[in-house]
Amino acid sequence: MTIELKSASKVIRGVTHIKPTSLVLETGHFNVLLGQTGSGKTSLIKLMAGLDPLASGEIWMDGQNVSRLSTQKRNVSLVHQFFVNYPQMTVYDNIASPLRVAGMAKSEIQGRVEEAADILQLRPMLNRRPQELSGGQQQRCALARAIAKESRAVFLDEPLANLDYKLREELREQLPELFAGRGAVVVYATSEPEEALLLGGKTALMDDGVVTQYGTTAQIYRKPENLTAARVFSDPPINAARMSKVGDTATLDTGASWTVSGAAAGLPDGAYTLAIRPHHVTPVPAGTDYVKLSGKVLVTELSGSESSAHFQLGDDGWVSLAHGVHPYEVGEAHEFYMDASHAFYFTQDGKLVA
Amino acid sequence: MKTENQKAWFFVLPVLLLVAFNALVPIMTVVNYSVQETFGNNVFFWQGLDWFEQILRSDRFQAALGRQFLFTFLILIIEIPLGIIIALSMPKKGMWVPVCLVLMALPMLIPWNVVGAMWNIFTLPKIGLLGYFLNDVLGVSYDMTQNPFAAWVTIIVMDVWHWTSLVVLLSYAGLVSIPDAYYQAAKIDGASPWKVFRYIQLPKMKTVLTIAILLRFMDSFNIYTEPFVLTGGGPGNSTTLLSIDLVKIALGQFDLGPAAAMSLIYFAITLLVSWLFYTLMTKDDAQ
Amino acid sequence: MAKITLSNLRHSYMPNPTGPADYALKEIDLDWQDGGAYALLGPSGCGKSTLLNIISGLLTPSEGRILFDDRDVTDLPPDQRNIAQVFQFPVIYDTMTVRNNLAFPLRNRGVDEGRIARRVAEIAKMLEVEEMLDIRASHLSPDNKQKISMGRGLVRDDVNVVMFDEPLTVIDPHLKWKLRSKLKELHQRVRATMIYVTHDQTEALTFADQVVVMQDGEIVQIGTPVELFERPQHTFVGHFIGSPGMNVLPAEESGGAVSFQGNRITLEGAVTGQGGTTQVGIRPEFVSLAHSGLPARVSKVSDVGRHAVVEAVVGDTPVKAIVEGELPEQGAEVHLAFRPDHTRLYRDGWLSTENEGSART
Repeated sequence: MTIELKSASKVIRGVTHIKPTSLVLETGHFNVLLGQTGSGKTSLIKLMAGLDPLASGEIWMDGQNVSRLSTQKRNVSLVHQFFVNYPQMTVYDNIASPLRVAGMAKSEIQGRVEEAADILQLRPMLNRRPQELSGGQQQRCALARAIAKESRAVFLDEPLANLDYKLREELREQLPELFAGRGAVVVYATSEPEEALLLGGKTALMDDGVVTQYGTTAQIYRKPENLTAARVFSDPPINAARMSKVGDTATLDTGASWTVSGAAAGLPDGAYTLAIRPHHVTPVPAGTDYVKLSGKVLVTELSGSESSAHFQLGDDGWVSLAHGVHPYEVGEAHEFYMDASHAFYFTQDGKLVA
Repeated sequence: MKTENQKAWFFVLPVLLLVAFNALVPIMTVVNYSVQETFGNNVFFWQGLDWFEQILRSDRFQAALGRQFLFTFLILIIEIPLGIIIALSMPKKGMWVPVCLVLMALPMLIPWNVVGAMWNIFTLPKIGLLGYFLNDVLGVSYDMTQNPFAAWVTIIVMDVWHWTSLVVLLSYAGLVSIPDAYYQAAKIDGASPWKVFRYIQLPKMKTVLTIAILLRFMDSFNIYTEPFVLTGGGPGNSTTLLSIDLVKIALGQFDLGPAAAMSLIYFAITLLVSWLFYTLMTKDDAQ
Repeated sequence: MAKITLSNLRHSYMPNPTGPADYALKEIDLDWQDGGAYALLGPSGCGKSTLLNIISGLLTPSEGRILFDDRDVTDLPPDQRNIAQVFQFPVIYDTMTVRNNLAFPLRNRGVDEGRIARRVAEIAKMLEVEEMLDIRASHLSPDNKQKISMGRGLVRDDVNVVMFDEPLTVIDPHLKWKLRSKLKELHQRVRATMIYVTHDQTEALTFADQVVVMQDGEIVQIGTPVELFERPQHTFVGHFIGSPGMNVLPAEESGGAVSFQGNRITLEGAVTGQGGTTQVGIRPEFVSLAHSGLPARVSKVSDVGRHAVVEAVVGDTPVKAIVEGELPEQGAEVHLAFRPDHTRLYRDGWLSTENEGSART
């Protein structure tokens, strides 16, 4: 199974939601659409599901041009951020509903429903109604419906966004296993970079209705093609600053300088934008090859085992993320250490050069 | 893509046909009558706008229009606040909710001519329960067939009885849609019950109230059956509302031309006032 | 501002509760200091919202008392408790301007207009909403609406406590950290007693000096963010805080020695108590790949970018480790090492080892 977009675009009442996009999504791994709210993830999903018309281009599924097919005929499933179930039906009937619509035999329906219910641990709840279930169970019911249907493509539009933090973690861990070996193309939209990394597979970074980069998730995390992609794929936000390079020496506007090595050493002299992920900027020096920075701490945050500090570096807001708890004085200047060997260098128009 | 979009128009076709038969054809017929004079045998004479002028200048029309506005004005200023007050005092949760809703809906389920007949009998002196009670127990002189004031009070009370439920049900729907957090926040902010009404309930009910006012305006402005059955427009012409007058002209005197012109004026006034109401009430949202 | 005391608090939504299972709140005894920042953290249904509503007076507890500065307020309605609350969904008065929204709680209490104007200006500056003051509140974006709701909670400087009920639910993910830090900053400035209810550990740990972790209507641990992470008193706390949560592994205890899947485990200190179901708890951060140690087979490697979560099976029990640098292949045979000072025994869920470090001091 594949879904292929051939310069597909979407325009609604003169507003371009998706600029012409070409993309091939395959089965066997998760296809993550990663971007902030309003970047076009949901728009792209609706386009592929046939819920919105194409303005130009084509969509192919499995070698068949489906551009003009209605949603019903595309054989796809969609799981929404909100728990969409039929409230008046039992969990069993909810899962069975698309199969009944397809006119499947009763015995086969039962087999499929029970299989899906087993995978999602819904067996004891089959006779209950959705509103008697917890949020996590309701969303599992919606997922079971998508699985039982055995559709060609499953679209998951931020399915975990409305769940409790821990539930989200548990269900996210199960998701790739649920769909493994089912043959459907799985498309998963999220606004959280960490979620994309945990789900693995491939990721399409989206920004302003454009897919800025597509590839293996870990690979595009390590090598964002441009500054926009680097920004989309970083939480907390990636640190960036203007930098100039003369000979072997790189200098930030704030005056911090260091000797560049590796691929960056081969760059021609000139002005660049440096970007570095927050966990490579730490309050204690890590490794030997580090650059000392100083900035006023604006805000500190603690999440489980990690603490972050937002600080002012020249004109830019930077973030440091480190294991453990560190004593920051908000409003005071602190020293941070940047591991420059992990920095990205972009040209001034945002292209990755080293 | 293009061809698919064109096909969509076919789905609209039945509605277009329906609207044509329902509204356009009858209106055009009326327009046709309103500018001509006929003496039967399908012979027509061109009359221009004479009928319109005649109607607009006639004391009879102006009086009926005045009565019509008075009637609508009175029932609106009674039914809207009364409906809101009843809706506010209805339970929001529990077993009494369906009971209250059914009780509220009852008057609206009764056919209009039956309502008129019921109130007619109800208010008859000597026989009717209310008539007997007022005249013989309380000693108030009450006879709506003789006294214009009594007739007005009766048709207004009847309309309030018949239609306040509509305002209640709509307001109630608006009220129950307000999340609890708003009430809790207001409590914590120290807001008085009046402020809760003014700044939470009323704004949240605005949409449904707009609908309620429009519906009650249009219905009451076009009211015919109930007052016709109840008072027949009397005593004298004291409760002859526009619609009753119109029927008198059209069917009683068979003056088709003036009746048609009057219908169109009537229609125009209803449309104009409804539009005015709507624009005024939705003005804030457009900003 | 006030000190808050909850004493023997119990609550049931049923008219005649019979067993502990009928109670949404089981037995709460708490003292909250004046001016502190507290968080109530737990999954949905753990009773944290019930507790919040009892403190604000929207709910009367079945049993027990609530004291503000030793004054019993249990039977007082919300408006007489002198509190402020920010709700999950923004509550704004649609027809008013932002300015009037902020002034509303003050006007209702008859504060003079000059003072109102000063307070509103102060709060608007803190929240950075000064340029919106004359806009009608219904025209704002959800995050600005929520800012205004917060502003209304903070505008009175005489409140006993300001409460936040999952206030960031409707906020866009990439704006969340801004509001999160704004709240922290506000607390540091106004120094009111604040209670923040959430299921999100980052929000709780960022905001609060002291976090109250709740499960099934009970408080399982009260501690600073560091305490909760480093020394969870209960397996639930270990599981709920941290991402991924603490490894909780079945353990056998015999003659003072504790073993897991036949391997002897060195614990942080002496074991206390006896009997019950025993488990070993260790955070993935303190499990490492080593040349010797517990033999395991790698079942899953997920690369999160700044580190990887490696899941390895010991016997038939999966153990998670956070690994930086070189990553093993799936299926590889490895050895796991547990850092002894972070390896603890839990008995029926509760911590059952002594901390040698603290015992010495």
